[in-house]
Amino acid sequence: MENEKLSLPTYSIPEDIQNVVAVTTLDRLYNWGRRSSVWPLMFGLACCAIEMIAAQTARYDMARFGMEVMRPTPRQADMMLVSGTVTKKMLPSIIRLYNQMPEPKYVVAMGACASSGGPFKEGYNVVAGIDKFLPVDVYIPGCPPTPQALIAGMIKLQEKIDKQSIKSATWYNKEKKDGNYVPMPILGPDLIDVRRNAEIKQVAATKEGA
Amino acid sequence: MYGKGILKGLSVTWKRFWDTYTDDISWMLKGKKRYNSVEGVAHRSSKNTKGIFTVQYPEEQLIVPEEFRFIPFLVYDEGAEGKKEIRCTSCGICAKVCPPQCIWIVRTNDPATGRPVPVPTDFHIDMDICMNCGFCAEYCPFDAIKMDHKFDIASYQRNVYGMDQLLKPAKYYAEIRPENYHREEEARKAKEAAKAAKAEAAPAA
Amino acid sequence: MATPLTMTVDLVARFPGKVTADRRPGYTGFSVNNENLVEVATAIRDEFGYDLLTAVTAVDYIAENKMEVVYHAYKTTGGAGLVFKVQAERVDPIEVPSLINLWAGVDFQEREAWDLYGIKFTGHPDLRRILMWEGYDGHPLRKDWKEPFFEEEAKPFKSRWPDGKFAFAENKNPFRDNLNFPKDFDPENFVVEKEEDLYLSLERDSLKDTAGNMKTDHIVVNMGPHHPSTHGVLRVAVQLDGETIIGLKPVMGYLHRNHDKIGERNTYLQIIPYTDRLDYFNSMSNNFGYVIAVEKLMKIQVAERAEYIRVIMAELSRIQNHLIFIGMLMNDLGAMYTPSLYAFEERELILDIFEAVSGARMMCNYFRFGGVVRDVPEFALKKIQDLVSDRLPAKTDEMERFLNENEILMARLKGIHVLNAEEAINYSVTGPVLRATGVPYDLRRADPYSVYDRFDFDVAVRHNGDMMDNYLIRFDEIRQSLRILEQALKQIPQGPINSQKPAYQVRVPAGEAYGRIESPKGELGYYLISNGKPNPYRYHVRPASFVNLQCVEKMCIGTKIADFVALVAMLDIVMGELDR
Repeated sequence: MENEKLSLPTYSIPEDIQNVVAVTTLDRLYNWGRRSSVWPLMFGLACCAIEMIAAQTARYDMARFGMEVMRPTPRQADMMLVSGTVTKKMLPSIIRLYNQMPEPKYVVAMGACASSGGPFKEGYNVVAGIDKFLPVDVYIPGCPPTPQALIAGMIKLQEKIDKQSIKSATWYNKEKKDGNYVPMPILGPDLIDVRRNAEIKQVAATKEGA
Repeated sequence: MYGKGILKGLSVTWKRFWDTYTDDISWMLKGKKRYNSVEGVAHRSSKNTKGIFTVQYPEEQLIVPEEFRFIPFLVYDEGAEGKKEIRCTSCGICAKVCPPQCIWIVRTNDPATGRPVPVPTDFHIDMDICMNCGFCAEYCPFDAIKMDHKFDIASYQRNVYGMDQLLKPAKYYAEIRPENYHREEEARKAKEAAKAAKAEAAPAA
Repeated sequence: MATPLTMTVDLVARFPGKVTADRRPGYTGFSVNNENLVEVATAIRDEFGYDLLTAVTAVDYIAENKMEVVYHAYKTTGGAGLVFKVQAERVDPIEVPSLINLWAGVDFQEREAWDLYGIKFTGHPDLRRILMWEGYDGHPLRKDWKEPFFEEEAKPFKSRWPDGKFAFAENKNPFRDNLNFPKDFDPENFVVEKEEDLYLSLERDSLKDTAGNMKTDHIVVNMGPHHPSTHGVLRVAVQLDGETIIGLKPVMGYLHRNHDKIGERNTYLQIIPYTDRLDYFNSMSNNFGYVIAVEKLMKIQVAERAEYIRVIMAELSRIQNHLIFIGMLMNDLGAMYTPSLYAFEERELILDIFEAVSGARMMCNYFRFGGVVRDVPEFALKKIQDLVSDRLPAKTDEMERFLNENEILMARLKGIHVLNAEEAINYSVTGPVLRATGVPYDLRRADPYSVYDRFDFDVAVRHNGDMMDNYLIRFDEIRQSLRILEQALKQIPQGPINSQKPAYQVRVPAGEAYGRIESPKGELGYYLISNGKPNPYRYHVRPASFVNLQCVEKMCIGTKIADFVALVAMLDIVMGELDR
């Protein structure tokens, strides 16, 4: 069934065993396995979460892509679907969840709010896009994206997975083991991104007014 | 009690399961395609839907109603030699009415006179801020900005659309919103006819 | 029809010198002296019978150097409300006596006013920040407080046109990333504020002497904000003695999207799509409440056909909300997926109608001042008719057959006490939760708006106040909604769908208005103050979920932890509305 997808066109397979045998590379097999079982973290933030649930239900049925197993624990999840507005108050929890996810992990920013803060961007408690903190793999515009748009985004993610190679994957690279660790932000007078302490200190010192 | 309620519940589930096949068989007997056809999708979205409810996106798609809105686009008319005649006059109403203020327009000024020319130099919409409310299309007096039906626009980077991504031909607009298009065309023709009649009447007077 | 806030009581005569009538143009109600507030409020509740205090909010009159707290009280027997206000000098500390001993339902709302305006309610036992975190710098809703991405006082921003060079807002702010720090802030030597207050208050308000003779330790469990019980990002700190809940404090604000602050910068029209995102299951009802408030201010009539369309949309939205409620409740009780999958199927069919009519499945943005955006197409009306007369009644019956006699469900729901009528009113609970305790308080009847007075329907009431009643009343409401829909579809007249000309800038005369509707979750109110400018001076949402959640502590203490998830599900909270 999946032979066409798995087989490399460069290898010629005798006609009589074409439906039985597939010649492939390790990368393809590895990616085929991964792309067909992307388990999302069961994690909803706002309006988009409802469309995410709708995409899981009978009409759209993400199970067709192997994405129906919503894992409530980050340790079993492959993908974080940031579905909704990320607020400053919520952000430390999201980062903590992300850091607990095992590699390889993907982040999908679903909807305007997760991508850039969306319509609530100007708000004082809203993070202007989760990509300020986490490496986002796919951005899905829309407010909220319809379930079909979400699935289209998931297909995009699968395409991305297809292009990855086991040789260059960072998660097997010993030196880069903690490459995706994101330091926890702190809730102070405003959200403190600890990676930018020096800059914040410097700008605050030169700030005008009280 | 004594498990009767559970059995009753299970019978409902069982009936649902069974419905899938009765419907499939009856469609097969009628020789109609229940899957991967517009008719099939329409039936599965109607009040008579039974059994399998799934629309197998991307192989098949839900029927998009005419008024469906996703993100905005700019309409241009195709002039002579494929010249793009942008309808937008950069009046700025869309930028003013936009609730999250995600539209940026640069108005063109005539280099000689310095007076504004009714065409935008630059037009940016940050699709990652856009809340798909449709106000820009609703209040545009020139039918120049419309809401798109295309929703599969996920990408690997932030989506800030410039003119090149926003412009789409009027033909496309007529295709996705035929009723609206014809209504607007008629209104425009009526307006032009009234103008012409007025112009004819004026020299006579 | 907009109900006039007629003065049925004369507080001025009753309290000479302590109360004055509010004579600002466009304003109604009474102004109460700060020091007499508790005395007057007691009389309002006990003498005049205004037993339900629905909305408490603050307004910052920076020009007059005053802070005002506005109270809206109603009678559960129905009728118009009573507005009373109290003013305080805008000099820190701003102090207003708390009414928590009269109405427990002011708890969260006073905390919100403290959080966002910095008004100290003296006598409030637990005045912590509620939407922002402890240690946050400033009180954001004050008029002189600017957020990091602040551009201008009011939209439209001048930088968009005619010379709108695109730039990411992040690059304009000195700290980038929507951050703002006080001068000379030093992040390296910053000591993080611990949540001691939360745990202290949890300890203080928890039941004592639960252990009997056994010596047991109490443990604190934090549920959420990431919790799979699917109600979003609510966090609840629970103190447990074994399996019994002895103390409980909800922590919210994880989805606080600054609705009020953004709303005050928007024009009146621009707020409509933002209201969609409050209770994101029912964008139609959210629009409804808001346009009613603005129409009250503008004093305009709504086109006849539009009134019917509005009712049809609001009732459809109520049906799908309750269906989802039932499905989600089953999820929380452990019947994972099957019932909610069935519920979502019907919801999809209703959303199809919303999509055909308004253009979007969830965020409809369909209502306008004076009417609606566009007419309902003929095929959509036909589809609604089909659903209402054919499919939905059958599916509701099926759902009942499927679930109601299930023993496990009965064991989990029957006899688990939620609230009694007195408690519910005291906690300002509205909506199905209140009606399940035996109080027939439904705004569609008690204070009819739109054309609800023309329909023949019963207010769904149940009397036991246990979980089973709370669950069954949703079915009753679906049935009543179907009745309303059938009549509305029969009576809907032809004609224009908007009494006003389409305009992106509306003129709203100065004054105040409180528009409220019976949303599927309870009373949804919008408090608006206009000063004649294109954007509201004060825009406040009185969300049903937020106010209803106040009773969660009362509801849950003494029950088992396993029932807690179901009890929270009973309140039918939506975080978008709760945190705004």
